[in-house]
Amino acid sequence: MSVIFILILISLLVAGTFLAAFLWAMKSGQFDDEFTPSVRMLFDDEKPSKQQSNSHK
Amino acid sequence: MLKDNLTQDRDRHVVSNIDQEIVMYDNTIVRNFSIAAAVWGIIGMIVGLTAALQLVFPALNFSEITTFGRIRPLHTNAVIFAFVGNGIFAGIYYSLQRLCKTRMYSDALSNINFWGWQLIILSAVITLPLGITSSKEYAELEWPIDIAITGIWVVFGWNMFATILKRREKHMYVAIWFYIATFVTVAVLHIVNSFGLPVSFMKSYSWYAGVQDALVQWWYGHNAVAFFLTTPYLGLMYYFVPKAANRPVYSYRLSIIHFWALIFIYIWAGPHHLLYTALPDWAQSLGVVFSIMLIAPSWGGMLNGLLTLRGAWDKVREDVVLKFMVVALTAYGMATFEGPMLSLKNVNAIAHFTDWVVAHVHVGGLGWNGFLTFGMLYWLFPKMYRTELWSKKLANFHFWIGTLGIIFYALPMYWAGFTQSLMWKEFTADGFLAYPNFLETVTQIKPMYLLRAFGGGLFIVGALAMCYNLYMTAKKGSFLANEPSQVPAIKEEKHDAKEHWHRAIEKRPTQLLIFSLIVILIGGLVEMVPTFLVKSNVPTIASVKPYTPLELEGRDLYIKEGCNNCHTQMIRPFRSETERYGEYSKAGEFVYDHPFLWGSKRTGPDLHREGGKYPDSWHYNHMLDPESMSPGSIMPAYPWMITRKLDTDNLEAKISAMRKLGVPYPEGYEDKALADLQTQAVGISDNLAQSGIRVTSDKEIIAMIAYLQRLGIDIKGESNE
Repeated sequence: MSVIFILILISLLVAGTFLAAFLWAMKSGQFDDEFTPSVRMLFDDEKPSKQQSNSHK
Repeated sequence: MLKDNLTQDRDRHVVSNIDQEIVMYDNTIVRNFSIAAAVWGIIGMIVGLTAALQLVFPALNFSEITTFGRIRPLHTNAVIFAFVGNGIFAGIYYSLQRLCKTRMYSDALSNINFWGWQLIILSAVITLPLGITSSKEYAELEWPIDIAITGIWVVFGWNMFATILKRREKHMYVAIWFYIATFVTVAVLHIVNSFGLPVSFMKSYSWYAGVQDALVQWWYGHNAVAFFLTTPYLGLMYYFVPKAANRPVYSYRLSIIHFWALIFIYIWAGPHHLLYTALPDWAQSLGVVFSIMLIAPSWGGMLNGLLTLRGAWDKVREDVVLKFMVVALTAYGMATFEGPMLSLKNVNAIAHFTDWVVAHVHVGGLGWNGFLTFGMLYWLFPKMYRTELWSKKLANFHFWIGTLGIIFYALPMYWAGFTQSLMWKEFTADGFLAYPNFLETVTQIKPMYLLRAFGGGLFIVGALAMCYNLYMTAKKGSFLANEPSQVPAIKEEKHDAKEHWHRAIEKRPTQLLIFSLIVILIGGLVEMVPTFLVKSNVPTIASVKPYTPLELEGRDLYIKEGCNNCHTQMIRPFRSETERYGEYSKAGEFVYDHPFLWGSKRTGPDLHREGGKYPDSWHYNHMLDPESMSPGSIMPAYPWMITRKLDTDNLEAKISAMRKLGVPYPEGYEDKALADLQTQAVGISDNLAQSGIRVTSDKEIIAMIAYLQRLGIDIKGESNE
């Protein structure tokens, strides 16, 4: 049954990884803006004008 | 709409006055994964339909390589890892490039990811029907393939992380968070659960035994659902639903909270697959508590997806892509409500081992994964082929027949599940089982199995219609292999003293690669620890002895034939079960079971106390032709076991591997094992001869009988200890 302790350890490790990632994400400003990102992803990138790229029509 | 966006986008760039550069998004890899998802999807579903029909018409088991026990894992592996797996890669490769505003880090890695993954699937298609299996659900593939999976997964992660590193958009959209969690967690789960000791090129024994193996397996099994079928698809949902509806996600804040809560809580939920088993109570409770909590983040995600469509429901009427996605989200909501409910011990007591669970997973599989994939493909193909979808009408047909298919699948299976459970548990007024013959509970639900197959058939017709539609779309349009896009150039960042330490490593892909490899290796290192601690502190039972060599070979045949797909070996402590099968199963009885064979579904009766129930001749006749002993049985016949010689070539390796894993065979027993095996085999052969059955002692059937007759007898006679 000792494997449950190992699984708890691994679970805590994985959970801890996520916690660390969360704290890092907070600190690095990933969540400072909770509106723009959701709108920004909707914009398709600008198609290059013909002078810049002839590789497509 | 597109024009509006472009104008807005241009304005933005003009205002910010950033240098522009052109990147080429790689569409070829997306197309390849998309086609693979569609093709493997059809194959996986057809295998599933075959398996469904076999449960009504046993004659459809055809030959040795197509029996239910062998193709059921083929079905699950094909739809999970081939259909959904390729769908995940297609969606991630498409959205990641656009969210990061950069091409994938390396085309070579992309292609290795693609072809490697297809080869792995191909190896599954070959090995599973041949009976090469570890028997662990959704992790059946043998060790060389497991290593290949690890390698390809690392390639995928490498490519993904390196792409994220060279992104031109500092902010990581929520979908990317889901992709990252998927990569990290699947790596850990796969490595820990697949840990085994190879016996030969295509045979290994699980490192863990019995209760421990069960716990590791379902920790993996449930999180395979969580981190392979859920988190990547939530990521895709957060990209494709807003894109298809052309409006921002309902609440970005909710998506963030939901993400962190979901990934944290999911990890713990595994033990709910083992309620009322020999797993210690406190571990069961831990699993239940976290499973109940899961409803919050799950529904947070579902509502966030559905509410994205607020004010846009008119679009749902028009747009077939959105229709698929709405049904997908609804199915996700239903499945994630049902999951916590099924984790309640009182509900689980009824539902576990029945077809209810099959219905549950198919609402998730067909509805959530299936429909989201379909919606995504209908959205992707016209985009990549620069044209309109070939036929909206056909896509609508797909939507409706697919939805009907799900209903025709799920409802009969719920019905079957309830029927089974009620019949299993019913007692007469005198206190006897109302249906003492298990077969009665099987024949009763055959019509529901047939209806389920009908539902599955409808679903496949829809999927085929999609393939044709996408093919015609591709034919009509012209494929844009490299999609040019004008994006802001990467600014050279000035070195800021206050810069977060992590920024430094982010700018160095190679170092980050090494760093992430170390992170992956932690999973490998941590799993080494149990190998030292596993020394069973499961309550040992003195009378439980290791299997004899013949029984061990028989057990490997049981694994090879996939008997555990239909038969459990876990009698729960309910009167209805102890009455039917005998003394309930105890943790100490499984200490030599590498791997555990508790099973998860009772299509046939439990076999944990099978030993000594019937004479050898009964088993012989039953394996040769199940209907001769149980008229109406849906079990396949196994005539080849009677004619085929038992392969004992690896016996020595098996004994020595088992000893390494802690099974107390005496030193040097390898040399005597074969002689012991033959002596026991001759005994069974003689016994059969007395019943008028002439079969030589070197046949597979002898080993099978030996194993079946051994099951659960070690504690007989002292069951009131």
